[in-house]
Amino acid sequence: MMTEIQEAKKMSTKIKEKHEVLLSIRDLHVWYELRRFGFGLAGHVKAVDGVSFELEAGETVAVVGESGCGKSTLMKTILGINIPTAGELIFEGKNLAKLTSNELQKYRFEIGYVQQDPYAALPPFMSIQQILEEPLLISGVKDKDERLERIHKIMSEVKLHPVDDFIHKFPHMLSGGQQQRVVIARAMILEPNLIVADEPVSMLDASVRVEILKLLRALQEKHKLTVIYITHDLSTVKYFSARIFVMYAGNLVEKSETRRLLENPLHPYTMALLAATSDPDAANAETFKDIPPGEPPSLVNPPKGCRFHPRCAKMIQGVCDEKEPIEFEPEPNHFVACWLYQP
Amino acid sequence: MSVVKSDELLKIEKLILYFKTTKGVVQAVDGVDFELGTNRAVVILGESGCGKTSLSKALLRILPRNVEEYSGKVTLQGTDVMTLTDEEYRQNVRWVGISLVPQAAMNALNPVIKVGEQVAEPAMLHLGLNKVEALGLVHKMFQHVGVPADFVERYPFELSGGMRQRVAIAMALVTSPNLIVLDEPTSALDLLTQANIMNVLKRIKRELGTSFILITHDIATSSELADEVAIMYAGQIVETGDAKDFFPAPLHPYSQMLMASVPRLRSESDPIFITGQPPSLMNPPSGCRFAARCPFRFEKCNQEPPVFQKGNRKVKCWLHQ
Ligand SMILES: Nc1ncnc2c1ncn2[C@@H]1O[C@H](COP(=O)(O)OP(=O)(O)OP(=O)(O)O)[C@@H](O)[C@H]1O
Ligand SMILES: Nc1ncnc2c1ncn2[C@@H]1O[C@H](COP(=O)(O)OP(=O)(O)OP(=O)(O)O)[C@@H](O)[C@H]1O
Ligand code: SF4
Ligand SMILES: [Mg+2]
Ligand SMILES: [Mg+2]
Repeated sequence: MMTEIQEAKKMSTKIKEKHEVLLSIRDLHVWYELRRFGFGLAGHVKAVDGVSFELEAGETVAVVGESGCGKSTLMKTILGINIPTAGELIFEGKNLAKLTSNELQKYRFEIGYVQQDPYAALPPFMSIQQILEEPLLISGVKDKDERLERIHKIMSEVKLHPVDDFIHKFPHMLSGGQQQRVVIARAMILEPNLIVADEPVSMLDASVRVEILKLLRALQEKHKLTVIYITHDLSTVKYFSARIFVMYAGNLVEKSETRRLLENPLHPYTMALLAATSDPDAANAETFKDIPPGEPPSLVNPPKGCRFHPRCAKMIQGVCDEKEPIEFEPEPNHFVACWLYQP
Repeated sequence: MSVVKSDELLKIEKLILYFKTTKGVVQAVDGVDFELGTNRAVVILGESGCGKTSLSKALLRILPRNVEEYSGKVTLQGTDVMTLTDEEYRQNVRWVGISLVPQAAMNALNPVIKVGEQVAEPAMLHLGLNKVEALGLVHKMFQHVGVPADFVERYPFELSGGMRQRVAIAMALVTSPNLIVLDEPTSALDLLTQANIMNVLKRIKRELGTSFILITHDIATSSELADEVAIMYAGQIVETGDAKDFFPAPLHPYSQMLMASVPRLRSESDPIFITGQPPSLMNPPSGCRFAARCPFRFEKCNQEPPVFQKGNRKVKCWLHQ
């Protein structure tokens, strides 16, 4: 059994080597300093605490987890906005920590960022043209005609057409869905390889959500983009991402191909997320859901051992509450940080 | 044919709430009718801006200053509450008859008063209890909603969002109203917390026999509580029916497309989206308000459709004439 898995593992790393690794993250920690007035440093918010993964060029992956688990912190670190406390970030073979400020600036242009809240993301006093022109100016596109041409091109790609109707409008004149199209256009205008979409649809209505997710999907396929899609809505993941990472209290607790995770969730937290996700069905009203009690822990003093153990029905006394789980691979390319899977 | 429910708790007829603005009149609630029985839950589903919160305000008579028109008939347990004076309404209807958990209630708690005292207040004011009696009742309500008893001594900032939302529900419950209106009670909460709150509402419904009007745009979560569904579009209810009839087979083209836009975890269906946007509530079209986006529209749709009755269900669409 063991050798089989090891074989499979070797195979999978071999297969992987053929593809181009775009982003590699190794044991990343991102802590915020917690200062209390008059007391100096009072501790750290361990928002990302030991995260590792690799992303191949053209891959789509979803990061799923509840509020405060560290999703945005992880993304802001990838975007070069947060500095890692420990661990490494390698983008296209370059270690982020070793870049000069010039190189870092260039690096930031290679990643497009789609924020959660379109209303907050767009400056209210700039027209759509000015909003889309800004990144071009900063990145040094000097020719006005070229800038306009690129603005027109990206606007029609995100279906803000007829372009001339929209280009001189201000954000408040657009619907939520149209505003989110502008945010996507701005993220795409420098032709990045990687798009980070942080809850791109959670502020939108059901039907507009589908519209925007389909647009992102079409752009991803057309330009072979690598996309990290952050969400707390498991029901949208399979339409959008081939792989899925489940995040809990600063850790990635499960990593897998999306369909496999939905069919065969391994981590008790993943199982709880799936159980909590409803499909519209009148029968739902007849039964109670079996949901773990409590709330996610403080990231300043997370529980000893497995961070999920105080809420976990399968907790193994003396193990889960003592030792931090390591990552196991019970089936090929399906990783889980939970002691239940210790071979 | 009209179905008369013997255990009728609430009946709303031609409810209207219009707002005055500098640009014109916003017809936020435009002739809403529906009925609700004892110990039943109806969910009102609709997109942002269709008038859901305005409907809850019209029901609870929580009116802003810029009201242009407020009319219709609301019968609660046989009493026509629209004919009551504001004072009579406050005394006899609000809290003791209907209570409200407003949109974003968990952030509306008073930051400098202990949550136990905040929940006790409506019981003292409306049930005439003294503080000790009221706090005794608060303990009971906290049990129903799953808040630990010692939390009565805490301030809102010492509680998580989920716990604050439970406190807001306890406050609506403490005067034992027969009907509770919940405006987006779970939309700001995390997935597991949402599921826990829906469990709490189901338990209250079973244990206390309360009726609910649940207002939300979260279709999947709404099915956790719904006995009945009402679909709201551009200020009007376009379809009502039992949840068990509605969810598998909605009738109105808007309901059908709305349901088809829901991504599902346990099926391979490819969600669709509705092109276009809802009409402005200042100048709604004179015919069917969904016509501009409707794939089935025909000549008739230029006139406003009446509500057609189909068995237990009602639908405002010419296709069902
Ligand atoms: N600048 C900061 N200083 C201190 N703590 C922070 C800072 N930014 C985030 N945090 C804390 O770090 C933790 C992780 O926050 P983060 O924003 O990464 O979570 P998230 O998963 O994106 O949550 P959400 O789903 O609510 O967006 C939270 O406890 C948050 O309060
Ligand atoms: N006091 C007011 N004065 C003028 N217009 C108002 C007022 N309150 C609400 N409106 C308008 O009435 C319409 C319906 O608003 P309402 O808040 O009832 O919608 P909703 O369905 O609850 O939306 P959401 O899902 O975003 O909460 C909107 O166009 C809104 O802008
Ligand atoms: S490691 Fe233990 S406590 Fe943590 S999820 Fe697995 S079984 Fe539960
Ligand atoms: Mg975030
Ligand atoms: Mg509302």
